Amino acid sequence: MSEKIVEIKNLRYAYPDGKEALRGVNLDIFEGETLGIIGPNGAGKSTLLLHLNGILRGEGFVRIFGLDITGDTLSDIRSGVGLVFQEPDHQLFMPTVFDDVAFGPINMGLDRKQIEDSVKEALKEVDMLDVIHRPSHHLSIGEKKRVAIATILSMHPRLIALDEPSANLDPKHRRDLIYFLKKATLSKIIASHDLELILETCGRVLLLDKGEIIADGLTADMLRNQSLLESHGLEVPHSLLNGYYQCAG
Amino acid sequence: MHHCYIDRHSGIDSFIHRLDPRIKLLSLITFLLFVMFTAPDSYIAYFLYGALIIALIALSQLPVTFVLKRASVIILFVAFIAVFIPFTKKGEVCAASYAGALQPTVCYGGWHMFFAILLRACLSVLCTVVFMSSTTFSDFLKALERLKFPSLVIMILSFMYRYIFVIQDELMQMWRAKESRSVGGAKKLHVRALANMIGVLFIRSYEKAESVYISMCSRGFAGGIQTMNHLKLKTADVFFFLIIVAALSGIRVLKG
Repeated sequence: MSEKIVEIKNLRYAYPDGKEALRGVNLDIFEGETLGIIGPNGAGKSTLLLHLNGILRGEGFVRIFGLDITGDTLSDIRSGVGLVFQEPDHQLFMPTVFDDVAFGPINMGLDRKQIEDSVKEALKEVDMLDVIHRPSHHLSIGEKKRVAIATILSMHPRLIALDEPSANLDPKHRRDLIYFLKKATLSKIIASHDLELILETCGRVLLLDKGEIIADGLTADMLRNQSLLESHGLEVPHSLLNGYYQCAG
Repeated sequence: MHHCYIDRHSGIDSFIHRLDPRIKLLSLITFLLFVMFTAPDSYIAYFLYGALIIALIALSQLPVTFVLKRASVIILFVAFIAVFIPFTKKGEVCAASYAGALQPTVCYGGWHMFFAILLRACLSVLCTVVFMSSTTFSDFLKALERLKFPSLVIMILSFMYRYIFVIQDELMQMWRAKESRSVGGAKKLHVRALANMIGVLFIRSYEKAESVYISMCSRGFAGGIQTMNHLKLKTADVFFFLIIVAALSGIRVLKG
């Protein structure tokens, strides 16, 4: 049995305006697993991801890599859990791509050679090595998304959590992303409305709605369950509808 | 969207462009200090400073019209403020008006001061434009960092450079959305819509700042930003700096 890398018990979180975003979430994630988190808008998916590296700290029990989140363990946990945000402009805040991808490794205290190697390796992984010295604001949205993933890969995390990774991507870049996610062997959590992407990349799926886990199971079973999905604002992916497409024209 | 007006000509391959940004920054500061401490009536010195700037522009291969256009924005601003100087200085009167309640008088000393300030402003701004336009903004920030400028100032400049275009894009998108729904209506309504847009932009910028901060924390931010040092001082850099200092000192000695 693989090692349990995330252990969450009865996690509750309310935003300062009083809105309850998570209401008693229980979740275990194992090393090497790719978990999809689905749910309608405002279900609490992003909030849950922000608990994985201690950005938000709700009530309940959260243990990452066997460590409780405290001031002493925070830097280890943040080095091990890489968050890729939905909006790449929030992730890329340095003047050049190199500085952005090197930001994490520098904070981890790596030496010069290790930083340079990590940056080049991470950019190569997402096929963006040729933009290494370009300013981030000169990149297209697809390029920004890929560089945003590289900013996390350069830290060599054990777990990456991606929030809506395919949002705003054109079909080719979306396909490249799916290819990358299938190829990457590290543990992944993908929160998305793109159920086709979830179907192709995740072995297990969690359905979250109104801050509660509604269902947790194998992707193929969960995404075929039409009544379950539709009752929570989702729909069965077209590729699972037995070729039953309805064309508008 | 591609925005390049900050770094428009920083990609040219010229001697000045290849210089270490630290050397460019130090040369600029030295130049500004020399100009600042030149006596108002040392016109020969100003002429020679001008000649030095022409040489720098030639070496940088920057388009002259571009340099003049950039410089003119600030020079006009200085001229607007300096135009009141001839009226405030006391001394031998060269022109006076007895009409109206103000009865303005202009002295020779005032004129000299006005021209000296204008000349200094022109020289300083031109030199700044040459050095800054031949350096990418990210290299300029790196130079500031290596020269131990306050990190908070560098961080503010860095975020400004990174996000000014993002915010500008947002404003443009909001403006387009407004325009596409603007069918007639009083001018007052349009002004009110613009004011609302600016308000929304402030709120969005604030929220964006929070998200960026979260993203920084996720990657181990602990209060300070460090970057890798790629800058390497070459012999040509040191040589250039020494020549600049020698030329400026020469001009100062010559006019004395």
